[in-house]
Amino acid sequence: MANVPSDLKYAKSHEWVRVTDHLGVVGITDHAQHELTDVVFVELPAVGKTVRAGDACAVVESVKTASDIYSPVSGEIVEVNATVATDPSLVNKDPHGAGWLFKVKLSDLGEATGLLTPTQYAAQIGGA
Amino acid sequence: MLKRTPLFASHQEMGGKLIEFGGWELPVQYTSITDEHLAVRQAAGIFDISHMGEVFIQGPEAEAFLNQTLTNDARKLPVGGGQYTLMCNELGGVIDDLYAYRLGLAEYLLIINASRITEDVSWLEGRLAQFTGRAGVALRNASDVTAAAAIQGPRVAEFIDACFPGPFAGGTPVLRAADLRKNQVARTSLSGAEVWISRTGYTGEDGFEVVSPAEVIVEIWGRIFEAGLPYGLKPAGLGARDTLRTEVCYPLYGHELDDHTTPIEAGLGFFVSWDKGDFTGRPILAHQKAKGTTKRLVAFKMTDRSAPPRPHYPIWSSGPQAALLGEVASGTQSPSLGIGIGMGYVPTALAKVSTPLEIEIRGRRAPAVVVSKPIYRKAD
Repeated sequence: MANVPSDLKYAKSHEWVRVTDHLGVVGITDHAQHELTDVVFVELPAVGKTVRAGDACAVVESVKTASDIYSPVSGEIVEVNATVATDPSLVNKDPHGAGWLFKVKLSDLGEATGLLTPTQYAAQIGGA
Repeated sequence: MLKRTPLFASHQEMGGKLIEFGGWELPVQYTSITDEHLAVRQAAGIFDISHMGEVFIQGPEAEAFLNQTLTNDARKLPVGGGQYTLMCNELGGVIDDLYAYRLGLAEYLLIINASRITEDVSWLEGRLAQFTGRAGVALRNASDVTAAAAIQGPRVAEFIDACFPGPFAGGTPVLRAADLRKNQVARTSLSGAEVWISRTGYTGEDGFEVVSPAEVIVEIWGRIFEAGLPYGLKPAGLGARDTLRTEVCYPLYGHELDDHTTPIEAGLGFFVSWDKGDFTGRPILAHQKAKGTTKRLVAFKMTDRSAPPRPHYPIWSSGPQAALLGEVASGTQSPSLGIGIGMGYVPTALAKVSTPLEIEIRGRRAPAVVVSKPIYRKAD
């Protein structure tokens, strides 16, 4: 059973975002890390980059595949998780916490309401 | 409709993540590729290789036919011996790489790649039709009725005998499976079926491969699990199979080998026999051996932390006048070494160990270096 924290919003493409004021912290879900298994490399966006919701802006690589990560929200990348760059396994061990990928200064505060709720995301992944 | 091996239900029961592989539905992993890879390096792993092909070749002219069709020398095989060999076309291009076993005085078994069964059998039949001694050769493609499993790792020899109590009545005369030496094969039976077991593998570890009629492979798989679990045996999928063989630089058809690449270019000249007489492709291979080749397969390692190199990523030379050299044939993050590794073809002049290279990953070039093969070696 994948963990689906209730304080997050979700994208269909298996990213989560935690919104506080004008900032969105983004990572991939427990379901996603479970599908990927061992993450061996993470390529993070450049700080200062502007992204729109749905843009591919990071890459998470497992032994077998490279997966594009799409920003669920629009804005400017203000911080990236340097720890995940040196220890990619954090994405597997703590995908909603220490395995966060990047932070976005939101350009559209209402945008996150269009994302999936925890219930909707759990339904999408079939409660698996 | 994808093909399934007789072990399909076992893979489902064990939580195998099933994917499509060359028309087959097989597990890429059960828990994780890294987990399974390390299990094989440290203890034991078992792979379903039933999708591979099995061709029996018998008769008084079988040896001569094989020597005209394959690159290695079948005369070197004692009864119960096996050898790695290649099958080339008239231009020296590799049709397949395979193992040839001598099961009896005039009986051979070829183990061929799953992806090449149709091409190989068609080619063999074509060669046989031209072979002057064809009346003395019988060829039988048993791929559809034969299954196989590979059990690999340093601890396998400790439990393999519990799976196959014997007796052993063909091939190398042994009392126990664990008495087989590398490349030897012996015949035993299980539930009335003929089972061949060899001390061979595709991982760089000690291990065994078992070939049986399809009907008994599920029983074999079960017996191996029962005996091997206390030793740390894990089921291993295609993902680990690929990372294990890449670490030791074993070629994979369709990556390092194809029908416009020769064994000499692939660095497999050791498996070409020059003193056994003519064989298909010999003239071109002999020319390449004497004059050299334009391209050569190298192994490389990434020199800095980077995304893993993957098949088809461009390979560049290093420095100010960097040139595009070729592309990655096989590449992955090495679970044993924790760094990106791979193999690819480069111009022969750059095929020397320590030559710096750059691998283009998503538009950016990352530094790498040519290393000797195998890339992973067990510490002595």
